Amino acid sequence: MTAHLILDQLICAYDRRQVLSIEGLGIRAGEVTALVGPNGAGKSTLLRTLAGQLSPASGEVRLQGVDLSRFAIRERARRIAYLPADAQPAWPLLARRIVELGRHPFLKPLTGSSAEDRKAVDRAMQQTETAHLGDRPFNELSSGERARLLLARAMATQASTLLLDEPGAALDPRHQLKIMELMASEAKSGACVVFAGHSLPLVSRFSDRVIVIDAGRIVADGPPEDALGPQTLEQVFGLDAPGGVAPVGWDLA
Amino acid sequence: MTDVRLITGLVLALLGAFAVGLFAGGFPILDGLDGEPSAWLILMELRLPRLLLGLIVGAALGLSGAALQGYFRNPLADPGVIGVSSSAGLGAVAALYFGLSALSALALPVLAILCAALGGGLLLLVSGRGASATMLILSGVAVGALANALVALAMNFSSNPWALSEIAYWLMGSLRNTSWTEVQLAAPLVALGGVILMTTARDLDALSLGEEAARAVGVNLRSVQIRLVLGTALAVGAAVSIAGAIGFVGLVVPHLLRPLVDHQPSRLLVPSALGGGVLLILADAGTRLISGDGTPLYLGVMTALLGVPFFFHLIRRMGRVSP
Repeated sequence: MTAHLILDQLICAYDRRQVLSIEGLGIRAGEVTALVGPNGAGKSTLLRTLAGQLSPASGEVRLQGVDLSRFAIRERARRIAYLPADAQPAWPLLARRIVELGRHPFLKPLTGSSAEDRKAVDRAMQQTETAHLGDRPFNELSSGERARLLLARAMATQASTLLLDEPGAALDPRHQLKIMELMASEAKSGACVVFAGHSLPLVSRFSDRVIVIDAGRIVADGPPEDALGPQTLEQVFGLDAPGGVAPVGWDLA
Repeated sequence: MTDVRLITGLVLALLGAFAVGLFAGGFPILDGLDGEPSAWLILMELRLPRLLLGLIVGAALGLSGAALQGYFRNPLADPGVIGVSSSAGLGAVAALYFGLSALSALALPVLAILCAALGGGLLLLVSGRGASATMLILSGVAVGALANALVALAMNFSSNPWALSEIAYWLMGSLRNTSWTEVQLAAPLVALGGVILMTTARDLDALSLGEEAARAVGVNLRSVQIRLVLGTALAVGAAVSIAGAIGFVGLVVPHLLRPLVDHQPSRLLVPSALGGGVLLILADAGTRLISGDGTPLYLGVMTALLGVPFFFHLIRRMGRVSP
């Protein structure tokens, strides 16, 4: 099976400073792929590049075999749902309006949202446990509720590719678990899920594949028990963990 | 649609403002309506076009202010920040400076609109493809500064004191001495600009989450920028060409109405156009009531005097909200 997303001779740079260099990488659909690494390693840069937000300095990204830069912006938005790490609305919009933005690539001129749009929004809000927040203004919500709403915005697109930058950063343990299960179930139903995260116990329990990035290069890649071995943990994260990472041991009550 | 009530309310306010505007002023229209033909003449040929121009100009300023605040995600943005009003002003000043306005009544508005379009084009050219909102605002400030410098240059070298005073008075902004000619000129341009601005409505909602998230949900940022600058250049260019420089309407009106539409940029556009019309008609009626038979108070001076305290209030409140 060919990979859903393919990176080929990719080099990313901000101005002249090279921040990411990947010779070749394929990311499959039907799997949860985790990007881990210290702050500044290049995880977000990789996600932004996969999302088509950042044009690589050289090399290319292919989505289902087609160069990402050849997609029309709307078409790309229907296929890739991307959640940036720190997007906050400038105005205190109502919660549901934010989730509805996920349907923006499907809107037709001069018509309101369709029944299908409303269904997708309802579903996304249910999945993220935000349905009860519907008509509350965004600025009155807690940071965890905000993070779940923004995730619901990405889910509402129902795209085949989900790129999430630290989706669990502000969440309590129960919602962290909930969201990891959500990502796993999306992958099971055929989506290509890629996320960046810092919680190694969660990563090792829920991802099918872990890509460890350090200083702009991939230093380990494989199932969590291989990729997050003691040697990687020491060299990349500066952690002394002779037994490797123990997956999270709790479940939803 | 929850905004039906708000829009109905604003339309009623507009009718009220029309009534005030029709009868406010030096000439006792009501007394003269039975029998005296000059009263009808004043009503139909002076007051009515002036009221309609108040609506047109106010709507252009309010609508473009709302769209620009949405795009820049900043309540302090107004049509002035992208330099289009100053560019239109430059065109008008050129017409006055070279005496073209004496040759034809159309010279001044046409030049003003042309210069607004030129300013908008220059703005898009300077900011370039892939420009962020910050780049656009910086380019706008630069374009505006250039236009203002050229206006100052014209005033500097104006050999003729009459032209100088014409320029100075024009810059203060006014709806005096307007007729149906100006309505016919401005209405289609403002309408066209308004329609172009309305096409950005949903993109502005998506932009609430920032440029990256907006792009991720399929917004073509360059296309939004072009429509925004083009729409503003047409609408505000036409408004300035008729009424001169009138500030603060585009700033104040969207800000007052925003809480009434749950802060949603797309729903703010139509109410801001109506609200801008109401505010400008009332302000214009106010200038007539205040000045009476004496030296006329200029509309731009009036809106600035009303708007600046509001501006201070806005700045102080923003300071309290942000950390």
